[in-house]
This record gives sequence, structure tokens and C-alpha cells, in this order.
Amino acid sequence: MSSLWEYANPKRFMQLSGSMLPWVSGLAALCLVVGLYWGFFLTPDDFRQGSTVKIIYLHVPSALMAINAWLMMLVTSIIWLVRRHHVSALAARAAAPVGATFTVIALATGAIWGQPMWGTWWVWDPRLTSFLILFLFYLGYIALWEAIEDPDTAADLTSVLCLVGSVFALLSRYAVLFWNQGLHQGATLSLDKEENISDVFYFPLLVSIAGFVLLFVALVLLRTRTEIRVRRLRALMARERMA
Amino acid sequence: MMPDLGRYAIEVISAYAVSLALIVVLVVISWRRAQVVRARLREVERRREADG
Repeated sequence: MSSLWEYANPKRFMQLSGSMLPWVSGLAALCLVVGLYWGFFLTPDDFRQGSTVKIIYLHVPSALMAINAWLMMLVTSIIWLVRRHHVSALAARAAAPVGATFTVIALATGAIWGQPMWGTWWVWDPRLTSFLILFLFYLGYIALWEAIEDPDTAADLTSVLCLVGSVFALLSRYAVLFWNQGLHQGATLSLDKEENISDVFYFPLLVSIAGFVLLFVALVLLRTRTEIRVRRLRALMARERMA
Repeated sequence: MMPDLGRYAIEVISAYAVSLALIVVLVVISWRRAQVVRARLREVERRREADG
């Protein structure tokens, strides 16, 4: 495990992320284009949901990443709290706007999909409500980083907020299992072949999910690199002022 | 060629339009900020080197 911690060194992280970023970005673009094109143009309508089933290629991957982005922030926040690695705190900060955008996409596509299928844009269903609260936590997290001037204090407080918000990240994933009520159905993907969606929808969905995951990784790498540079820029400018 | 989306065409197209627009905005903002910060850092580092 000692080799993993070497990348907590900003210089090592910049070297590794610099070489990874073009490949991850290219692969993300490829998977997104292929997944969304396949899903939109080449899949049939569902016998019950008609063409609205095509929204699945945006809704499911964005919802998945909205939750997993917060879980990634949880892991990096814990690393910050325990080991005080600055790169991990900056990675959590970098991931928040990406996760928040995916949450908005999941909420918006869910509402657009829900209107013709459920007859309503919104309902205070356990999964939808916990997802909305997760979005509010994202906003609070981003605002807290911006509001506190001292970066270490900001990292401490946002890490604690992240721990609290993780309850809602998990709830938004498992709310359907905890409370057997509401309009939202259970998991779309399942290892059980009987419960899983038909292969004709499943394979383009997998490619689209891969695209969203890679897009998230690419954006977090890019934004973390930017945060590291901002930190160095502030340090240099502070030295200039003191000189 | 555009597939026949039937009576749900507005819903499907608006879902794609909103999502892709948000993704493009996020990518552009992230990339632009990265460029601006990198240029600014280079400028400060060059100035420091020049000052010795």
C-alpha cells in the first residue's frame, strides 16, 4: 500500500495524472458517443414505455455517478481527516461540482421521464426525496469550501459535512429497499438474468455507464490538477507579497 | 437519421438536450479554468525565475 500513498505527493500526482488525462478523456468521449448513439438511434422502443426508454442511457448512469461521486468524496475526505494528504482533500473538492451536475441531470431526466410514465414531474417518493437532499448537500459542500478562507479548516469542515451527507448518498441508493413505497422502481441493473433489463437495452447502457464513469474520472483529474496549481499559485503570490 | 420517437419525442429530445448541455458546460468551465490557472502559474513562476 505504501506505493499508493506516493501519489499523495502533489508532484507525483501531477506526473501520473498528466499522462493519464488524455487517454481517460479520449476513452470517455468514445464511450459516451458510442453508448448514447447506440441507445438513441439503434435500440427499439419498450412495449410499455415507448421511446421514453431511451432516457435510461442518461438517467441511470448520471444517477449512479451522482451517488458514487459522493462516495469517492467520502473516501478522500476520510483520507484527509486521518492522514492529512492535501491532494485527497483537493480531489474531494474537485469532484463536488461534477457530482452535483450529475445529480441535476439525474433529477431533470427523472422528472422528464416521470411526467409521461407516472403522470407527474415530481413526487415525494423516498428515492427522489433522498436524491434531492443529496443535491442540497452537494450545494452546501461547494458553498462551504468557498466560504472558508483557510484551506485546511475548509478541508476539515467539508470532510465532516461529507460524512454526514453520505447517509443520504446511501439512502438514495437503497431507499427503495428500506421503504417499500413510492413510484420509483427498484434497481435497473441486476446480476439476476430474470430481473435484469433486456440485453438490447443492457449493452448500450453498459457502454453509456462506462462513458459517465470515465468522464467523471477525467474531470476529477483535470479539476484536481487545477486545484493543486491554484494552491501553488497562492503560495507563490503570498511569498511575493512578503518579499 | 432521426428515429421515430412517436408521441414522446419532446420528452426524449429535451432529456438529451438538457443533459448534453449540462455536460458540455461542465467540461468547458473545467477546461477553461484549467487553462487560465496554468497560464497564471507559469507567468508567476517565470517572474520568480527572472527575479532570481
